[in-house]
Amino acid sequence: MIEFRSVTKRFPDETVAVDDFSFTLPSHRTTVLVGSSGCGKTTLLRMINRMVEPTSGQVLIDDVDVASRDKVELRRSIGYVLQAAGLLPHRKVVDNVATAPVLKGVPKAQARAEALELLDKVGLDRSLADRYPRQLSGGQQQRVGVARALAGDPNILLMDEPFGAVDPIVRADLQLELNRLQRELGKTIVFVTHDIDEAFTLADQVIIFKKGGIIAQAGTPAQILAEPADDFVATFIGADKGKRDLHLQQRTGDQGLTLVVDGDGRPVGILDGAGSPAPGGPDPARGQVTRA
Amino acid sequence: MRLFLQGLAWIFDGSHWQAGAQSPLPIQDRLVEHLTYTAIAIVIAAVIALPLGFFIGHTGKGRQFVIGFTGAMRALPTLGLLFFLLMVFGYFLSYNTAPLVGATIAFVILAIPSMLAGAYSGLESVDRQTIDAARANGMTEWQILTQVEIPLALPLIVGGIRASVLQVIATVTIASYAGLGGLGRIITSGIGLNDYSLILGGALLVTALALGMDGLLALVQRATATQGLSDPTARRRPTSATKSGTRTHA
Repeated sequence: MIEFRSVTKRFPDETVAVDDFSFTLPSHRTTVLVGSSGCGKTTLLRMINRMVEPTSGQVLIDDVDVASRDKVELRRSIGYVLQAAGLLPHRKVVDNVATAPVLKGVPKAQARAEALELLDKVGLDRSLADRYPRQLSGGQQQRVGVARALAGDPNILLMDEPFGAVDPIVRADLQLELNRLQRELGKTIVFVTHDIDEAFTLADQVIIFKKGGIIAQAGTPAQILAEPADDFVATFIGADKGKRDLHLQQRTGDQGLTLVVDGDGRPVGILDGAGSPAPGGPDPARGQVTRA
Repeated sequence: MRLFLQGLAWIFDGSHWQAGAQSPLPIQDRLVEHLTYTAIAIVIAAVIALPLGFFIGHTGKGRQFVIGFTGAMRALPTLGLLFFLLMVFGYFLSYNTAPLVGATIAFVILAIPSMLAGAYSGLESVDRQTIDAARANGMTEWQILTQVEIPLALPLIVGGIRASVLQVIATVTIASYAGLGGLGRIITSGIGLNDYSLILGGALLVTALALGMDGLLALVQRATATQGLSDPTARRRPTSATKSGTRTHA
């Protein structure tokens, strides 16, 4: 459980990134912080592992104030994935993954063996272990970034727009992969993105931000889709333009298939089976039909 | 051309390498002195400049001050500085030690700016996001410096040392004005004797030494470039990238 208690962050140039923010993120769930750039979501994320210190207020992990913990030790106990993967370019993939355990004093051979297992876990071939990050594609680098964050089996995983720099196909792939991993591992994930579709795909809980770290709405994807709190949220999730008003349509010549069509009449998918939720979805309450 | 050949002939005259030959000979003794003065100056300069450069590069503090200060240091004429220091130390120190101390300080001051610039600009050239990620993964500031910043900046750091070595080797020639040895002795006695082959022979030796050391350090610089950073085309041929360090710099 990660708890923010009236956290404020004011930068030296007097811009207020976050103003009196309070919220509790549940354990073993994925919470996605979403909002346009400059809304303070990354600042909040980085407060959890003390990469940013709040000007006032507290951040608590399982009721322990992070300010009371040693920065370095705290960061080693929390996985962190960032946009450009941020891998060490002069170290091989396997050594990048083994970074945190080696820093914690795990023998190198053991850390490497575990790193290889983590490569399997994130869907990377072990033959890539001896390559350098530069020799991998963007999507592969991102997977290495996730593997590195998982090394040492942290309870908390912080992800700062991790899939922002890869193309849409790889991105969708990585999102599915992350959902699969999360079902297996059940970490407390805090994920920052500006892409609302990504947020709905991954989240158990979504927090939509306005400027200054103000919560526009928080809830499950279904709750937000069903009842946008205000015009801002409606615009943000695209509900105002009819993007989320889906209805079913049967056209002649489709052999009885049922189209799902949005408010503009644009087909977004096919209703599968007898209208049951899509199989393999992590949670029927996730609005799978909108992403069919 | 004839003069040039005379200079070369002087260098390759075996009797000039004979132990116990008349001053300023034998040549190898002067060579060793020249390299010793250079080495002393470079080591002292490195002890001062590298940690300072790492501090500035890592923290970003004091950058403006140091840029201005090293700029001023670069502008100092080393010969003038040498004479000034000889006068100053002549008061305090003995006849034997004053020249050595004065000359060494002058060479150290000459060597510092390039090394300092190499160190801090090398560290500054490291991708900020890489450093941010290293910190977020729980590296201490010291680990970031020694395991991330310095390895990635090494080619530029060595480049700074290389520039310093070149400048100092060329300038150690003036040590003879302070009554010290080095290859400059050959040149100054050539001037005294009006012996052009001696002057040219000494000058050629200094040039060859400087170029030789520069070439050597260029190789070191190449070898320090991290494999992971060197060749983007290595993606297609990973085996050649892992086989040899130099291959990847093609």
